[in-house]
Amino acid sequence: MAQTATQLDFMLNGERRELTIEPRVTLLDLLRERLSLTGAKKGCNEGACGACTVLIDGKRVNACLVLGVQCVGREVVTIEGIASPGGALHPVQQAFIDNDAFQCGYCTPGQVISAVACIREGHATDEASVREWMSGNICRCSAYPQITAAVLDARQRMERS
Amino acid sequence: MRDFAYPLARHPADAVAALSEPETMAIAGGTEILNWMRLGISAPAKVVDVGRLPAFNSIEKRGQDIVIGAGATLNEVGEHALVRQHATVLAEACLKAASAQVRNRATLGGNVLQKTRCPYFRSEARLPWGCNKREPGSGCAARHGLNERHAILGWTDECVATQPSDPAVALACLDARVELLGAGGRRMMAMTDLHLTQAEAASGGTDPARTETRLAADELITAYHIPLRTSERSAYVKVRERESYEYALVSAAAAVELENGVIRAARLALGSVAQKPWRLRSAEAALNGQPLTREAVLPHIRAALNEARALDHNAYKIEMAAKAAMRALLAAGGAA
Repeated sequence: MAQTATQLDFMLNGERRELTIEPRVTLLDLLRERLSLTGAKKGCNEGACGACTVLIDGKRVNACLVLGVQCVGREVVTIEGIASPGGALHPVQQAFIDNDAFQCGYCTPGQVISAVACIREGHATDEASVREWMSGNICRCSAYPQITAAVLDARQRMERS
Repeated sequence: MRDFAYPLARHPADAVAALSEPETMAIAGGTEILNWMRLGISAPAKVVDVGRLPAFNSIEKRGQDIVIGAGATLNEVGEHALVRQHATVLAEACLKAASAQVRNRATLGGNVLQKTRCPYFRSEARLPWGCNKREPGSGCAARHGLNERHAILGWTDECVATQPSDPAVALACLDARVELLGAGGRRMMAMTDLHLTQAEAASGGTDPARTETRLAADELITAYHIPLRTSERSAYVKVRERESYEYALVSAAAAVELENGVIRAARLALGSVAQKPWRLRSAEAALNGQPLTREAVLPHIRAALNEARALDHNAYKIEMAAKAAMRALLAAGGAA
């Protein structure tokens, strides 16, 4: 490894991780290539598709646009980390299944993480707001009506529980 | 991507000291420079992280200004109550930029320094065509190529790129001043002076196609100061091919003060028409005293665009820009 190698100490899906990485490695490549967390997808690798969406300190970001070393001391949550420890799906995951909100499924991990944040931010108020605040997640199968319905459905389920 | 050293700046002085060294760039959100490095637009030896400078994302009223730290993200700026109330056009421009994810990373400091979306420029090295921004002296493939999204003002035969930032247009409209910190100390600059058109860069010195701002290599944008004008209202109009998560074809920022339906003062800035936010100063002067109606304002806006020069495929932008400016002005004044 190059002389630039840097220590990275951060929280990943609730567990503390310490490793050494080159500064040029993106969070997305770190997750997929070093840590075998392949839920976040490398769709465009330039911040245009949203398939790599993860949470950093609770905020949704494109993992392809963040350096791994920028996560020092941060808490990263990926799609692998949102179901309950017992295995029960997150309400957003269940709502995506119940609303048939995907076809090929490639964009789905990013859509689900983005929806979790969208609901928490308070932007899942109505169809128009969901469409605007979920616009960073492209679905080439064009399941947008079902995705929008799933996000609104999940918000209602989370309010009830 | 070339590997690089990654120092973390704890104080602004650390960042400026690092920027004084050769082949060094600053990173905050990283949403632009990671793509530059992947495409070969930049290949720095050192990238200094300014994203954790203390209070770098503060937004506050200070005297008669709203002062926004350069590290504030576009979502933080766009959703801040002070900005929404007194600099509405900036809040709207921030929230119409990019996506919710990108806006959680992209900062107001970095956003105005983003580079053109010209597809001839934004391709992976080595380019099979000319681009004076990428390889000085290689020509401009867009000058007589696919240029429907390119400039109508301030361009030269060497480069016809536009500056795509939405917040920059709003900041120019609001008469914001940019606070810069460099090895030589702190200075303030009008937002309208930060960027250079190609014509301005050509009259200024060497390597004009790659000279896009008046920022020195060792300088960091640290804040924006926006004059608080409580009698004024503002709005942003962004025209694009997709309703959300898309760059503008043209955009317009307007601020207006009205008295009984008559314009007392107005300021207009256009985006994606030049390599800088384009203030329509002659229209601003002529609009004073006019009623805020479509019929009254449009001729003055059109007249201010008489100097526009279309390329082969973007004549549509001239009329689109005029109408966008008109719509922004009417929206700002509550007449839309």
